[in-house]
Parts: sequence; structure tokens; C-alpha cells
Amino acid sequence: MGLLLWSVFSQAHAAWTVNMTQGATATSNAVFDLHMTIFLICAVIGVLVFGAMFWSMLVHRRSTGQVASHFHESTTVEILWTVVPFVILVAMAIPATKTLINIYDSSESELDIQITGYQWKWNYKYLGQEVEFFSNLATPSEQIHNQAPKDEHYLLEVDQPLVIPAGTKVRFLITAADVIHSWWVPALAVKRDAIPGFVNEAWTKVEKPGIYRGQCAELCGKDHGFMPIVVEVKSKEDFAKWLDERKQEALAMKELTSKEWTREELVERGDKIYHTTCAACHQAEGQGLPPMFPALKGSKIATGPKEDHLHIVFFGKQGTAMAAFGKQLSEVDIASVITYERNAWGNNVGDMVTPKDVLALKQAQK
Amino acid sequence: MSAVIEPGHAGHTDHHHDHGHHGPAKGLMRWVLTTNHKDIGTMYLWFSFAMFLIGGSFAMVIRAELFQPGLQIVEPAFFNQMTTMHGLVMVFGAVMPAFVGLANWMIPLMVGAPDMALPRMNNFSFWLLPAAFGLLISTLFTAGGGPNFGWTFYAPLSTTYAPESVTFFIFAIHLMGISSIMGAINVIATILNLRAPGMTLMKMPLFVWTWLITAFLLIAVMPVLAGCVTMMLMDIHFGTSFFSAAGGGDPVLFQHVFWFFGHPEVYIMILPAFGAVSSIIPAFSRKPLFGYTSMVYATASIAFLSFIVWAHHMFVVGIPLVGELFFMYATLLIAVPTGVKVFNWVTTMWQGSLTFETPMLFAVAFVILFTIGGFSGLMLAIAPADFQYHDTYFVVAHFHYVLVPGAIFGIFASAYYWLPKWTGHMYDETLGKLHFWLSFVGMNMAFFPMHFVGLAGMPRRIPDYNLQFADFNMVSSIGAFSFGATQFLFLFIVIKCIRGGKPAPAKPWDGADGLEWTIPSPAPYHTFTTPPEVK
Repeated sequence: MGLLLWSVFSQAHAAWTVNMTQGATATSNAVFDLHMTIFLICAVIGVLVFGAMFWSMLVHRRSTGQVASHFHESTTVEILWTVVPFVILVAMAIPATKTLINIYDSSESELDIQITGYQWKWNYKYLGQEVEFFSNLATPSEQIHNQAPKDEHYLLEVDQPLVIPAGTKVRFLITAADVIHSWWVPALAVKRDAIPGFVNEAWTKVEKPGIYRGQCAELCGKDHGFMPIVVEVKSKEDFAKWLDERKQEALAMKELTSKEWTREELVERGDKIYHTTCAACHQAEGQGLPPMFPALKGSKIATGPKEDHLHIVFFGKQGTAMAAFGKQLSEVDIASVITYERNAWGNNVGDMVTPKDVLALKQAQK
Repeated sequence: MSAVIEPGHAGHTDHHHDHGHHGPAKGLMRWVLTTNHKDIGTMYLWFSFAMFLIGGSFAMVIRAELFQPGLQIVEPAFFNQMTTMHGLVMVFGAVMPAFVGLANWMIPLMVGAPDMALPRMNNFSFWLLPAAFGLLISTLFTAGGGPNFGWTFYAPLSTTYAPESVTFFIFAIHLMGISSIMGAINVIATILNLRAPGMTLMKMPLFVWTWLITAFLLIAVMPVLAGCVTMMLMDIHFGTSFFSAAGGGDPVLFQHVFWFFGHPEVYIMILPAFGAVSSIIPAFSRKPLFGYTSMVYATASIAFLSFIVWAHHMFVVGIPLVGELFFMYATLLIAVPTGVKVFNWVTTMWQGSLTFETPMLFAVAFVILFTIGGFSGLMLAIAPADFQYHDTYFVVAHFHYVLVPGAIFGIFASAYYWLPKWTGHMYDETLGKLHFWLSFVGMNMAFFPMHFVGLAGMPRRIPDYNLQFADFNMVSSIGAFSFGATQFLFLFIVIKCIRGGKPAPAKPWDGADGLEWTIPSPAPYHTFTTPPEVK
């Protein structure tokens, strides 16, 4: 027991946070104030009710010689304790209504970002800006499996954060590609379900640059606990610079498609893509988690005709968890991950799928 | 009724002894074929306790994994099956059957009826349950695993993306639903038709009243749940698209249908406990219940309001502002009748002559801790604040505070209160108090820190978490382990009480009131074959 207590109190990151964050926006502050108001009202009522109970439990005991009274009705008292709580509730509802109306007003936004939940990552698309990327968990699996020490932002770190400008009203259009997710950043007091086939609206306006972290809040399958959200708020100038760089990168990416790739280059790139995108289900060594997530090592698809392999990666498989990656990954990434899968873990097929093959399939769809 | 008045006994209706040659059959077939409300009540209670231990063992797996950050014991895929099965088994297997068991035992004794109105159906509604839960739990051993989509089974995670065992899950839910509906019909038929002469509705004990209202809730919402899982079945196997936007359906429809069932369901799990506590507190205060009439009306109001608040479970799915406001106001209103009940209990204790035997300890803890759960419920009702609370451990803390010290402490209180009547022996008071205090400390240690981690930002249903949540999670786990282990003490106390102990008089509690205390302890196999007169 002593050892146990010691381990409880010796945690390097011991943080006994007991309350909600005040957050970084006017809305999150308003929500925090509401939370504290209701909490205090409840605490006062609690003190009164429990006070009466404990008084009664201490004083009105048979062991103190107390003789029971026999009253069992009082219309006045009963009306009183129906009306008074009602009035308190009305008093609570008024500020709550005001805050809610404000939260629902997403008009006059200066920047629109479409957020799409996928099993188990987020896609951010800056509408009208030609910038779009996925945001994956960046915590290495060694930390999750206790083979390496956990760092401060364990499970709350991503490869590419969502970047927004400070002092700007940003509107989020939230949806999902597969199951229901929920996009939640406590410091912004924004939580909205991401529902396939629906677009939900939310907005935020953060004054101070900084990094704010959150997580998916709606159970969305196996790796629900492993799809964090990181929002990086930059000053307006830095944001403009960042956006410009991302646009350049997108152009460079398009050029990569027309490049002549060797198999080795594709395998090397595919290795990385596989471990960020595919390994959650098909596992690090391609062994899968049958029967929900089949193995790729030695599978019919990964060792059969490459057209079939491309087809299933591009279009997914209906009625299973296999998503259609044609819309998620670039031509280069699809080509390299397929080439990787066909040449890894002893699947030595020896062939390759080129970005141009993928582009051809994509164009055939239009 | 014709079965009760047999020709051979027509001349003996004033003969008050039990009909000796009508005692229980011998052997296993007594339990398989029984139509006796006491036997069926006993089976319900044992079944529910078995499910309580199984569902509890799932919770132990969850708490063991969450003891420390990182994945140690189970993989996320199995963790999700544990959270799902814990919820399903506790709601449908432990809490609901326990209340049906109490209803079976006590309602006929409380209204002066010889048995439930529909005894054969009673037998059938019980025996559906082992089949349903055998089926449900067997899915854990199938390839692909059992249900892993949470006890709320939101589509499309539970349809397109579900493991194959979802079909077994749907069938199991159908069986449980049929069982509950038949049980509810039986309760209503018994209460409305078999009351002893003079037992007017407004003279009924509150346990009978709350069960009458609960039974109407069950009949209203179990078919909705059945419809919900049937639509899932159609989506999965017959190509419909009720819940799939790709086919013109709507995943949000699922949540509306589910919570139209789900919210009354949470009152189904608490109203009978309200009733039991309303008998127990007056008994140990030696004072009549304060505000009987307002208790009845408050229960009815809670039941009515439960039908118009379902979307407060869906504040973040993006319902329109007006809908959001309506459901917020309606939900806040529930605090009024609930408050009335709490004030009535406190006033019942006021200037009583209190003693604290085990049933009273559980009943008083029920009032205090349920009220704390009510406070967090009030906080959750405030829609803008709910945007921060929703789907976090704050919600987990809230509903465990209303279900564990609410429903389950209510069941414990009832069990201790009526054990002397059931077994004919007094339970061991020292061990009973020990059971209470260990449960009380363990339960608070397990669930109170969940408020904190929830407010600090920990989502529910995750197998691993950031280091900032580590300390409170470890405290929670230690509390949960001790609460879980304590329940074996309860098993021991009950078995000890069945096997022997101080003989119980007909009325072991001097402040108790009601027809059940007018018959000997243990209650004879047949009671009230001649209806008592109620003045």
C-alpha cells in the first residue's frame, strides 16, 4: 500500500486538476462562468438540504430519547418548495439561453474550414484556399505499449496541427466520412458531432496565439482514444505565411505525380504512409487483426494482380471498415503504399504501382 | 381468479393456515415450472445478482486497464467490448431484473393479492432472460468479438461498421424487451385488479405506485427500442438505409429513436428505488411519510417529463437552436418534482425517532448521493455547459452517481429491509453495516474523481489517456476494485441469512407499516388466498 501511495504521489506529471478550463475564447469564458454559477447554486442548495439531513441524523435519533412527531403534510411548505426551485431554474435558464444564442451565431466568419472525421484521424480543408491535409496521432506506439517513457503531450500530439489565425472568426464545417466522431477542443469550448452525410457548424475566435489540444469525444471504434486534435493559433501574419507555404507544398505534390518513380523510392515513401495510415488496422507487420481487419502479409490482394490491389485501396470495401482512400491520399501516396505492401513482409511480388496509374484511375472516374 | 377458488376449498375460505399440500414441488422442476410469485421473484433476484457480478467483472477489466496510462492489459478493440457489455449487462441484466424481482415478491404482498395476475406469463418473462443474456455474453467468444459500439450502440458504428455478432445482440435485445413488456403487463394487471378490498389507489404503498408508473413507462418505450434494433437489423441484412445517409437515411434518427426509449429507461431504473426508499425511511424514522400525495404526483410528473427531454442526450449533434432551448428548459423542469421528493424524504426524517439499521443506512446514502447525481444532472441540462461536459467522464460520474447509489443502493436497502420476510431470519447486522460502509467508501472513491477528470477534459470510453489524468484514474480504480470485492460480502451475508440466524418475527421493524408485515416470516408459499380487509 505504501508503494502504491508513493507511486500515486511521485508521478512526474502529477496534476490534480479538478475544474473545467476557462479556455481561450470569449465563449469558453462565458461557458465557464455558467458552469461555476450553476455549480455554486447547487452547492448552496446542497448545503441547506444536507445540513437539514445531518442535523436530523444527529439530533433526532432514538438513542437520544427523541420521540417521533406525527406530522405528514403541509400544503404551504409543499407549494413553497415547488415554486422556489422553479424560480431558481428560471434564473439559471436566462444566462444559459443568452450564451447558447451566441454560440449558434456562426455568421460573418472570415475563414471557413471543413473538418472531416475519419477512423481514426481528422481531415482539415481550408475552403477556397486549395489547402487540405490529414492530422494523425504522432505519439509513437512504443510509448503507448510502455516500451518508452511517455512525454508531456502523450496522446494529445499530431503530425500536422490545424492552424488558424488569431483574432479572426473562424467557422468550422464539421462532418464525417465513416462513423460519427465529435470534434472537441476544451479551450475553445467547441464540441460538435461529426456525422456522415451531415454538416454541422461551429465557430471560434481566439485572441491569443498558442497551442490548444483536444480529442475525439464520440466513440468511433477501436482507436477512438487515439485521434487527438491540436489547434495552433498563429498571429495573422504568421498564418498568412503558413498558408502560403502550404499552397506551395500542394503544388509541389502535384508535380511529384508526373515524376518517374523507382520501386525503391516508392517503397521507402510507402513505409511511412503505411505506418501512419494503414497500420492501425492491418498492424505494423501486416499481420492484421482477423477477422475484422484481415492480414496483408501473404494475402490474396497484396500478392495477386496489382489492379485489384489498387481498386480496393482506392474504392474501399463496402460493408467493412476498409475506407476508400482514393479521396484521402494523394496519387503518390496511394502508389507508394501499394508498392510497399506488395514488397514488404515477404510479399515479394516485385512489381510496382506508379502515381500515373493512380491518376489514370482517378481521371477515369470523372 | 378461478384458479384460486377451487371447489374443494369453497367451504374453507376462513381457514387462515397455508394450504400445506400446495407447497412447492421438489427438485429442479420447481424452479423451471413455477408460477409462484415468490419463487419467480427469488429467481429474478438471484439472476440479477449473477449479472451484477458479471457486469461488475467487466468494469474491473475497464478499471484495471485505466489504472495507469498506456496499454497494459487489454487491446482497445477488447476494451470497447468491455465498456459495451458492462453497460448492457448492468442496465438490462442487473438493475431492471432486480426491480422486477422485488416487484414479484412484494407487490402481491403489499396489495394483499394471492399472486401476480398472470402467473404463467410471469414464468415465461423470467426464463427469457437467461436465454437473452446467454446469447449476449456468448458473443464475446465469437471470432470478431462481441458488441463494441457502446451500450447506446449509435449507428452507423453499430450497423455498417459492427462486428458480425451484432445480429445476436439484436436478438438478445428483442428477448429482453419481450420479457420486460410481459413483466410490466403483469404488474399493471396485478395492481389494478388484485388489490384487497379497501386498498384504494391512494392507500397503496409508494413502491406499488412507483412500479405502476414504471410499468407504463416500460410498455411505452420497450417497443420503441425493439423498433430501433429492428431498423438496425434491416439496415444490416436487408439493404435498407434507415440510419445511413448514403442511402437517404439519417444517423441522427437513430439517436432520436434510441433516446426516446433511453430517457424513460433511466427513470425505469430509478422510480422503483424511490418507492422502496419511501417505505424504508418512514419505517426507521418511526414517522409517516411526509407528503404522500405529492410523492405520487411528483412520480407521475417525472414520468411524463421523461418523454419530452430525450434530446438533452444529443445537445452536440447539431439540433437547431429552438430545439436545443426546448430540451434545455424541459430538462431543467425535472428538477422540480425530483426536488419535491428529496425534500419530502428529508422532512420525513425531521423530528423522527431515527435508528440506522443497514436498510436505513443505504436509504439515507441513497438520498444524499442521488441528490449529488441530480446536481450534476442539473449542470448537464444547461446546454452551453453541456458542450464541455458531453461525452466526458463528468457524464460517467453523473450517471454512476444516480445508478450506483441510486438504483443499486435502493436495491440493497430493499434487500436488507425485506430479507427477514423472505428468509424468516434476521441478517447479520454487523456484517450488513460493514457491507454498507465498504460500499459507500469504495463507490465514492471510484466515482467522485471522475467528475474531476471529466471537467479536466478526459473523454469517456477511451482505453488510454494523457498523463494529466493519471492520478485520479488510479484513485478511481482502487475505489472500484474495493467496491467490487465488497459485493462478495453481500453474497455471504445473504447466504448466511438464508441458512440461519435469529428467527425473524412477522414484523421485525417496529416502525414498519404495510400488509407484508401482517403475514408470518418467512412468508408462506401461498399468502392472502383470502383477501385481507384494509381499513
